[in-house]
Amino acid sequence: MHPALSVILFTTLSGAGYGLVALMGGLAAAGRLPPDPWLAGVGLGLGSIAIAAGLIASTFHLGRPERAWRAFSQWRSSWLSREGVLSLLTFLPILALAYGAVIEHDMAGPWAIAGVATALLAVATVYCTAMIYRSLKPIAHWHNGWVAPGYLLFAAMSGALWLNAILLGFGEADRLIGAFALLSTAAAAAVKLGYWRHIDGTAGESSAESATGLGRFGAVRLLEAPHTGENYLMREMGFRIARKHAAKLRRVALLAGFAAPALLTILAMLLPPIGAIPAAVLAALSAMLGLLVERWLFFAEAKHAVTLYYGAARA
Amino acid sequence: MTSLPANPSPVKLGLVIDLDICVGCHACAVSCKEWNSGGHMAPLTDLDPYGPNPLGVWFNRVHSFEAGDGLDGRTVHFPRSCLHCETPACVEVCPTGASYKRAEDGIVLIDEALCIGCKLCSWACPYGAREYDDDVGVMKKCTLCIDRIYNENIAEAERVPACVSTCPVGARHFGDLGDPGSAISRLVEARDGYDLMPEQGCRPVNKYLPPRPRKREAGCTGAVPLPTEPAAATGFLGWVDRMLSR
Repeated sequence: MHPALSVILFTTLSGAGYGLVALMGGLAAAGRLPPDPWLAGVGLGLGSIAIAAGLIASTFHLGRPERAWRAFSQWRSSWLSREGVLSLLTFLPILALAYGAVIEHDMAGPWAIAGVATALLAVATVYCTAMIYRSLKPIAHWHNGWVAPGYLLFAAMSGALWLNAILLGFGEADRLIGAFALLSTAAAAAVKLGYWRHIDGTAGESSAESATGLGRFGAVRLLEAPHTGENYLMREMGFRIARKHAAKLRRVALLAGFAAPALLTILAMLLPPIGAIPAAVLAALSAMLGLLVERWLFFAEAKHAVTLYYGAARA
Repeated sequence: MTSLPANPSPVKLGLVIDLDICVGCHACAVSCKEWNSGGHMAPLTDLDPYGPNPLGVWFNRVHSFEAGDGLDGRTVHFPRSCLHCETPACVEVCPTGASYKRAEDGIVLIDEALCIGCKLCSWACPYGAREYDDDVGVMKKCTLCIDRIYNENIAEAERVPACVSTCPVGARHFGDLGDPGSAISRLVEARDGYDLMPEQGCRPVNKYLPPRPRKREAGCTGAVPLPTEPAAATGFLGWVDRMLSR
């Protein structure tokens, strides 16, 4: 699949944003978020900016972005529509929580409910994003059980790394959040490794034989393409990446996305604030870079069934 | 809208493509392009049509495949277009309601005025039936020539999809595949018509007829077989033959 930069930016940025606001909402409801209004403002603000920037980026790949609002109508059948509806709905409890924390200096009672709603809606939105891909049967590399846990964990991990950096920046280091960042990073790395193992071992359910129905005569191969040039299908669905490049990029994703953030987070736990703050910020930045590479690969490595009509043997 | 019709009519209009007959002339693809460039989903934009990298929207493309090896191998020309599936994945993923399946005849269409060009429908379709029009920013797809088949302004014989009317060898058939008694359904029954990629679960309406079994020896043409040895001569030539054979 063609890795469109707008979609990669959207899923990574808003993933981190939803992870951040979900954790802050949960912590606020549990009474564990420091009562510093500046901290709440900066955290929820950064989260909202990341979400909004991602949502805006996602409209760049639309042919008719001015009609984007129409995507809120089909939530009964379409995961993309559900994602759109939930992504906007989530802003309501975020605003309520921010109002409580920043203006009212209160995160209990109704504001705690806003915190819970923020967490639930953020998780649901990320789940819908994952299900857009998970539900597409023609792409075997997406149509499997690794995708949804992956998206949820990548959001949790990047959100936790950012929250850890913000807490440290406000002198409110929380061992629990540091530990959660470490744990979610490890879990996310495990799921990504499992995902790669899975897609390396799966060839897909369909073949050139089933795509043409000509398997009764033996192996099927393309003799002549319908046209000498490219077409939309080949550009969008037929994107290919050399195996050696994929292997290299997987190592980059593992190092920048998971290994470096984990080490830097441990470092941040051990160092005094002067070293801990840059370490935690670097951990979050490195994770974003790694996730960008990971998300690029998620698209680039995915093979679509339509490629069977253009020379692929299995997909 | 993008939920499938709750009470679909039993009518399932679609195509049957005979892979035994298709000669790969691409006339169906060209005729489709011509008709639809001015039809329901017009225009079928071409970018850089006379330049080095032409790129355009086509609803119908003819691939050629080789299947098997040696004497048993076949070369098969394979027209590919929208199969107007009974459970079209492309419709249900549409976030705007632009994609829909008509309850009355099962034709899968796009309302261009609602389409935001997110391309998700083209990802959901395993058959490559949907193409993005870069120029207009919306998705395009086969309409089963909805502007021909119900068109009372053209002769009744022409009220079939452009690809069907143009096929010079009669490899394409149009009709109601929901009616088991229709000519097209009986053709599918008689020739063991099949679905493409049934494992994808889209339940295509269009069917493909497989190439017929190959005949290894030519059948009788009615001509008297030529003798392998010349017949023995009689009369004067026979006497010469006998004399020379001594």
